[in-house]
Formats: sequence, structure tokens, C-alpha cells
Amino acid sequence: MELLIGQMFAGLSLGSVLLLAALGLSLTFGQMGVINMAHGEFMMAGAYTAFVVQRSISDAGISLLVSIPVGFLVGGLLGLVLEAVLLRRMYHRPLDTLLVTFGVALILQQAARDIFGAPSVDVRAPAWLQGNVELLGAPIPLTRLFILLLSLVCLAGLVVVLKGTPLGRRIRAVVLNRDLAETSGISTRRTDQLTFFIGSGLAGVAGVAVTLIGSTGPYLGTNYIVDAFLVVVAGGVGQIKGAVIAAFALGVLQSVFEFSTTASIGKVLILVLIVVFLQLRPQGIFSLKTRSLA
Amino acid sequence: MIPLAAAAMATALAGCGSQISDPASANSTASSGSSCVDTSGSSVKVGFINSLSGTMAISENTVFDSLSLAAEEINAAGGVMGKQLQVISEDGASEPTKFAERAGKLIQQDCTAAVFGGWTSSSRKAMLPVFEANDALLFYPVQYEGLEASKNIFYTGATTNQQIIPALDYLAEQGTKSIFLVGSDYVFPRTANKIIQAYAKAHGMEVLGEEYAPLGSTEFSTIVNKVRDSKADAVFNTLNGDSNVAFFRQYKSVGLTAASMPVVSVSIAEEEVPGVGLENVEGQLTAWDYYQTLDTPANKKFVAAFKAKFGADRVTSDPMEAAYTSLYLWKAMVEKAGSFEVDKVQAAAGGVTFEAPEGTVTVDGENNHITKTPRIGKINSEGLIETVWSSPKAVEPDPFLASYDWAKDLAK
Repeated sequence: MELLIGQMFAGLSLGSVLLLAALGLSLTFGQMGVINMAHGEFMMAGAYTAFVVQRSISDAGISLLVSIPVGFLVGGLLGLVLEAVLLRRMYHRPLDTLLVTFGVALILQQAARDIFGAPSVDVRAPAWLQGNVELLGAPIPLTRLFILLLSLVCLAGLVVVLKGTPLGRRIRAVVLNRDLAETSGISTRRTDQLTFFIGSGLAGVAGVAVTLIGSTGPYLGTNYIVDAFLVVVAGGVGQIKGAVIAAFALGVLQSVFEFSTTASIGKVLILVLIVVFLQLRPQGIFSLKTRSLA
Repeated sequence: MIPLAAAAMATALAGCGSQISDPASANSTASSGSSCVDTSGSSVKVGFINSLSGTMAISENTVFDSLSLAAEEINAAGGVMGKQLQVISEDGASEPTKFAERAGKLIQQDCTAAVFGGWTSSSRKAMLPVFEANDALLFYPVQYEGLEASKNIFYTGATTNQQIIPALDYLAEQGTKSIFLVGSDYVFPRTANKIIQAYAKAHGMEVLGEEYAPLGSTEFSTIVNKVRDSKADAVFNTLNGDSNVAFFRQYKSVGLTAASMPVVSVSIAEEEVPGVGLENVEGQLTAWDYYQTLDTPANKKFVAAFKAKFGADRVTSDPMEAAYTSLYLWKAMVEKAGSFEVDKVQAAAGGVTFEAPEGTVTVDGENNHITKTPRIGKINSEGLIETVWSSPKAVEPDPFLASYDWAKDLAK
């Protein structure tokens, strides 16, 4: 029983990490169709932001809370620069964006290594996140609980922005029909920039969050980028709710598989499952209905 | 970089006139164009091959630094047989195939007298055929899974009976009845755990679980849950690199501590502690043959020289010490042989000793490993490792575990 609860929580927690990593991607890849291989490196930038902030604010608790918005800004600004300098020239060439952003990812990794050194750096978890709470005898790590809450807050924030603000309406309009949106007077350039800013900013937040569970090094992003794409593709491109369901489903299934077999086999089973699922339902869990001709 | 490489090639070509002519090795490797080592001038070339980029760079850069220190010291003291060492460094880039290719370049194009470096077993296994085909020398400075002995490789890190078996002996001595094995999913942990399983079976120790995480994995919730549920007396950790960070953080976050369930790690050294986070590993155990805190005159000198060259905040670790030692051992072998020729160095190797920072080490001429003194350490509050147990004397290398009855089936 104790183990079962522990495992259920492990699955949810893994799902929340996947969701955080994939949420921004579901905007930039899902809504805009940009295959951004540097998304993981934006996470890495967020993680190093947490490290830098902690160097100037020694209290780990305050520095974590400060790092979240700062990480959002750092990730967002990196995204904005990438969009303005490179991506806007190739919106109709998805394969080129894949190569270009992969190159940017390598440059960012090397930059991190040059600035912070090759060894991982230590980002301390605040005292109030160390330890665990017991739920029916099972230890629920506080860091994991924090990440779960953070992912839900980010999700809620994103939904509010998309559904309830003029910006969100513009984003949705551009996704549904870019030409029609433009003829209605929406500046698609500006909308693209803002969408990319938010999506990349969420990667920065995810980066701050994962410093609580893993190591902070130049290759941090490479651990998450594939899983993040899997979540977005399995959830249905362009569908936030699909990404949410896919993230938690993958998280829970991964921990169930891993528990009943081994970590490596668990990973294999997940990938097999996704391949089979996409064979049966290539559009993912949800598909975007659009009147766009493109 | 390009002008440098061109210059190196030019010297290599110019050097061809004064090759060592060694009929025996020339016959066996007729086509590979080996032994073009130029010893006519006032210097001799040696190759360093380390991953200066890629995922292993974190560890291998430190080995490169300590090799550089050793080369500098040897040169300052007059070189090897009066010849200054000219170091040619290649980046293995954390790719075994790259290691093999670059090793080939160091031997054939650069004509180095010996090559030092390598870290992962896969990089060593990739380089082994290159060194054997060219009849060249590699000095490999990292603890590994044993079950190998090439006449072209000198192993200056610990083999299993100098690290893993003593660690198990220590645990048994402490009254450990059950252990849980956690490792990264590749050759070293799998082989190490096979040995641990055999040891446990022969010594009445219970292995409550054996779990592997993919290399680089940061998701340990499930494994940590299994470990916690097993209620084992101790955990034997063969995880590599950054996975350790995630493992120890998550280990601590479910309430497991060094007091309630100690973890013995074989790949966390002084260098890795800050990255893993001192608060996550303080009080945990490690198994190595060298710690920075060792109180030997040679070590004090080594640590002081290293800090003077690379900065007071730098630390020294077991693989760094083994790398430093390897260059001095090669020097001693060459001087004993009176020649840089590979077969003469090999013939002279047995019995060569060096007053290493970890204590006196002696080369075993049979298997090209060296004697080492196993030590169990505990990570202290400064992030350094203090010896809590030490083997009473240096342990002879036994890479195939031939002297252990319970290990008979392993070497097959």
C-alpha cells in the first residue's frame, strides 16, 4: 500500500516534470509549428539562472522564488532573440528550423560550458523543501510536490492567458488561420514574437524547477527535449489539454513499467507504446480542427 | 589550431629519417607504419587523450590537468632520459570511436612514445585494438571492471579486487547482511554487480535488488522507492556522472540518510562532491585507493603542486592521482629499459615502483596492473573524503579474480 502510493505519486510527479518541459513546447511547436531543438537549452538557461540567482541571494528559499520569474524572463528573452534573428526567416521551412535550432542548442551548450565550466553546479534546495510529508505511510518528497504545484500554476496561467486575454485570442486566431487573422488587422509578427516569448519563458521556469531534482549542467536540456516532443506529439499538436493528459499518462505509465520491469525496459515500453498509439491515432489524443486552408 | 597541426605533421615527416628500427615490431605491424617515434632530438613526444568536450568532459578534464602537472614536473626535473616531454593532446569528445581514431593519429601521425588517458571502459575497449595493432602503449588511469589484461595497456587505476571487493569486505565487517545494487546501465556497473552477486552468494549476504538507470537519467523516484521498500542494510552505488546528483537528491527526499541506509559509491570522488551537492552526500561512503586527505609526504607535495598550478579551490581525486602516477611510472620504465622502444619498455615494466601520493605502487609485469591500497572513505563536512578504513597493505592486482574461489565462473 505504502509502496503503491509512493509509486502513484512518482508517476504524477514525473508527469508534472514532463508537463513543465512540454508546456512551452506545445506553444512554440504546437501552435506555431516551429521545431525548436533548443527548447531543452532554454531549460538549461533557466536552471543556470537559478544557480546565478542563488549566488547573489544566499537564502535558498527566496532565491528559488526569485528564480522562477527571472528564469521565465531569461528563457523568454533567449526565445525572443532566436525568433527575431533566425526563425522568422524560415517559418515555411520546418526542416531548416530543425537544423538551425539544433545548431543553436549546441552553441548554447558550449556557451554554458565556457561560462560555468563543464562540471555540474550545485543549486541548493531551500530548507522548507527538504524532506517529505507522509501520506498513509508513503513519503511524498516536498520538492516533487512543489514541482507538481508549479506545473499546475503554469498550466492555469497559460490557460488564462490563452482563453481570457486579448493576446490569447490573437494567438488562437493566428493558429487557426494566419492569413485571415492578418487581414483582420492582427499583427501576426508581434503575435508570433509574444507566443515564442511565453513558450520559451515556460522552458526557463521548467529549468528552474528541475534544479530541485537533478544536476545542473550544460547537458541538462538533452535529458528532457525528446520526452517533451513525445508529450506534445502524443497529446496532439497544438492542444494544451492533450499535452496535459499525455504528460501525466506517460509519467504514470513510465513509473508503472519501470516498477514492474527495469528503468531501461520501462523506457523502451513507453516508446513502443507511443509508436503503436501514433500508428492508430497519428493526430495524437486531440486534433486541431481548423478552417485554415494551409 | 591548423598551423599547429601542420607543424606537428611536418616534424613527424622530418622525423621519419631517424625512426627507431625495431625488426620485431616492424614485422608484426608491417602495414600500420608504427614506431616512427623520433628520439633523435632533445625532446620526445607523448600523447594525452581525454574527453575535453562532451558528457565525460567533467571528469576527464581533471585527469588532463593532473597529467599536465606531471609532464611539467618531469620536464622541470630534466625530462625522461634527458629528453623533454612534448605533449600532444587530443580530444576524445566522449565518443569511443573518436578515441580510437584520435589514438591512431597520436600513434601513427604524431609518433608519440606513449599515450595517456581514457576514462570510460567503452573508450578503452575502442582504443585497445588500435594500440595492439600498432604495438603502442596506453596508460589508462581509471578504476574499471577488470577481466582484461593487454600487453599494450598499463592499468594504473584499481581493478575490482582493489576497490569493489575491499568495499564489500568492509561492509561485511560492519555487519551488513543485505545490500541493494544501483547502477548506470552500461558495462562497468553490470560487470561490477555480477561480481558483487557472486561475492554476496559466497559470503551469506543478501542482495535485495539490482536496478539500472539509463546513462544520464535524472528520474529516480521509482528506483528510490524500491530501495526504500527493500529495507536493505546498505546500498552499493555504481551510478556514473550526473545521475548521482538526481539519485542522492531523491534518496534524501524520501527520508533515507547515511545513518539509516548508507550508500557506498565507487564513482564519486572529491571532484564530483560539489556537483552532487555536499548536503546530499555528506556522511556517505566511497571506495577508492586515494583521497586528497591522505597523509603521505608524496601526497602533500602532489596536492600543493596541483593547487599552485590550477588554483587553491581545486581538489585532487583518485583518477587524477592514478594519471599523475602513470606518467611517472612510464618514466621509470623507460629509464629502467634505457630505451623508448615499446617492447623494451614492456620487458622492463615488471617490478617498477613509484612513490605515489597513495603510497608505493609496483607494476605487475604479468598483467600490467599495479599494486594499490584500497581505502573506504567518508565524505566530510568540507566535501573532502576522510579514510575510515584502509587495507593493511597494498593489494596485488588480480584482474581475473583468479585467487578468489567464488569468482571462478566470472572470468569465463
